[in-house]
Amino acid sequence: MTSSLLTKERLLGMYRKMLLCRMFEDRVNSLFLQGRMPGTIHQAQGQEASAVGVCEALSPGDMLTSTHRPHEHAVARGIPVKALMAELFAKSTGCCHGKGGSMHMGDAELGMLPAIAIVGGGIPLATGYALSFKYLKKPNIAACFFGDGAVNEGIFHETVNMAAIWDLPVVFICENNKYGASTPIDSVMKVKTVSARASAYGIPGRTIDGNDVVSVYEAVSEAGERARSGQGPALLELETYRFAGHSRSDPGHYRSKQEVAEWKTKDPISRFETRYLAEGFLTREIIDRCRASVEQELNDAVEFAESSPSPLPEECLADVYAE
Amino acid sequence: MSMLNNVLAKPEVEGRKLSIVEALREALREEMRRDERVILIGEDIGIKGGFGGAFTVTLGLSDEFGSERVIDTPISEAGFTGIAVGAALGGLRPVADVQYADFLFLAMDQLANHAAKMRYMSGGKLRVPMVMRAPVGATTRGSQHAQSLESYFFHVPGLKIACPSNPYDAKGLLKTAIRMDDPVLFFEHKLLYGSKGSRKESGGLEVFGVVPEEEYLLPFGGAKVVRQGGDVTIVANLLMVHKAALAAKTLSAQGIEAEVIDVRTLVPFDWKTVFGSVERTGRLVIVHEDTLTGGWGAEVAARVADSCIGYLQGPIRRVTAPDTPVPFAPVMENFFVPSVERIVATVKELCQG
Ligand SMILES: Cc1ncc(C[n+]2csc(CCOP(=O)(O)OP(=O)(O)O)c2C)c(N)n1
Ligand SMILES: [Mg+2]
Repeated sequence: MTSSLLTKERLLGMYRKMLLCRMFEDRVNSLFLQGRMPGTIHQAQGQEASAVGVCEALSPGDMLTSTHRPHEHAVARGIPVKALMAELFAKSTGCCHGKGGSMHMGDAELGMLPAIAIVGGGIPLATGYALSFKYLKKPNIAACFFGDGAVNEGIFHETVNMAAIWDLPVVFICENNKYGASTPIDSVMKVKTVSARASAYGIPGRTIDGNDVVSVYEAVSEAGERARSGQGPALLELETYRFAGHSRSDPGHYRSKQEVAEWKTKDPISRFETRYLAEGFLTREIIDRCRASVEQELNDAVEFAESSPSPLPEECLADVYAE
Repeated sequence: MSMLNNVLAKPEVEGRKLSIVEALREALREEMRRDERVILIGEDIGIKGGFGGAFTVTLGLSDEFGSERVIDTPISEAGFTGIAVGAALGGLRPVADVQYADFLFLAMDQLANHAAKMRYMSGGKLRVPMVMRAPVGATTRGSQHAQSLESYFFHVPGLKIACPSNPYDAKGLLKTAIRMDDPVLFFEHKLLYGSKGSRKESGGLEVFGVVPEEEYLLPFGGAKVVRQGGDVTIVANLLMVHKAALAAKTLSAQGIEAEVIDVRTLVPFDWKTVFGSVERTGRLVIVHEDTLTGGWGAEVAARVADSCIGYLQGPIRRVTAPDTPVPFAPVMENFFVPSVERIVATVKELCQG
């Protein structure tokens, strides 16, 4: 598939989604700093092309798994920002009724499992979904986000191997943002790329410009089609960068200012704008209109979240068992 | 919580005061200077410009001891825990560290099947002198960064367990743990770390305590009577020691004198102190943040029933988290974590019938 197959409407939709992701994160950051949200947050500003490019290539019945850094994945997957915002505000209208919080946001009915905050923990869950899809003869795939840090967990290797030998319909998507918390990836991995590891399991592996939404979309579409047609999993490595600290309390002193500045020049949103302004189909006016409508959507979400009721304390006791 | 701070921050003796984070760091530094075989291993513990572990305990140690002794690992809990076990067998004294106790589940096999059993399986020929540090406690991070896992390990013969509630104990117990020839699970509570350093936990206590400059060791197996009283015995660990102490103060104003015991180590457990206290007070309340069923409090209740039944004037009560995962929303989390009010109400009901 090539980008020429992406209609202008589709591209614009992807652009607006990237804006929604970014502006959601920025809004959450300021709400958090104002003390209006409890807990801790891991933000993904800078990784919008990955979130949106991947989700755009998924169908409604497909299942996505995510990590401790799930906000943009959830926004891109199309979970209403109201439900996400309410979850962050710990309200009963949140996507997990206030039980999950930032690190567990998601909604399986909308194609995203509540995010898994154990590094690597979502990888076998996605693969289990893939097993169920194959068994039940559903036309769906599972897509699995994890960070560069997760590929050194044993569970990554065990699971990718099983997905490979059973040709399961799953796409493994490593968001390589160069660091796992403070740890640079090249200090904990001897091979140069994550995708190189695919060969150890006999599946295709590719490293992709993760800050170009179209490249991401094309790669995931291709791997997805392959998986859907019974040819098994693939490992995609999306090269990207998080602009913020690892979590709210991290000033990020382990990264050089120069490195951060360099990656800011590859900001997926401004790259998209520059490219398509030049091509002429994106205009300043469209950009402004998109921003205004996203702003409105976020205002509504915050208002919804703030005016929603808190769960009752005793609801702590519910949802432990099916019966 | 702010009331808690007032009660507990009150200095008991004069001297240099440290937070638990500082006390732990000092223990590590002293032991590393004393014994070259002591190494640290874990994620994000020594990286330049990094965190010094998830809660800053190892901050600065890589500057002094270098990356050969402060070993930063990939995110590979099962692997580095097993490597610590093997290195301990090989003659080192590793202090490993998971960022949140919840991740111990990934390392469970290494701890329960290997660390705990090598001495036994070798007919006593081998020893595994390692420490695994692990922060516990609910801090509005949701279900997977919140659990109090002491009881899982309490059940495994071959492991020792420390759970200090204050800086003095933290330092003395960690130094002892490092010198012990058995594997030790060392649980620390996130809300007790104190706010010095780059990380401040909201809702955390400012637990500063006197830590002498002179070297000292604190033996395992010695509980501490935090407060004396003749009406009821309250046994607690970690954060719950502080809540029990505050509850005791409230109860005292209402005419009930509670004896509060900080277990300090779960394995070995100081049964003598607990039995002696219950024999005097005739009543026992056990408080832990871990969930109810199968929690270490159940074992304490069973042993006390076994040994002190003739002294008991009422049922043994437990104030614990309910049998649920840890919820995110603060209103639910506050319901989950045992509160001072729940301790007070339970004790009153027990003492007043
Ligand atoms: C099993 C496990 N170990 C450690 C952690 C603590 N931790 C949370 S995020 C993180 C870094 C993850 O890095 P990466 O996978 O690259 O994802 P990124 O944060 O860069 O998105 C660590 C060490 C965890 N949550 N789970
Ligand atoms: Mg990363």
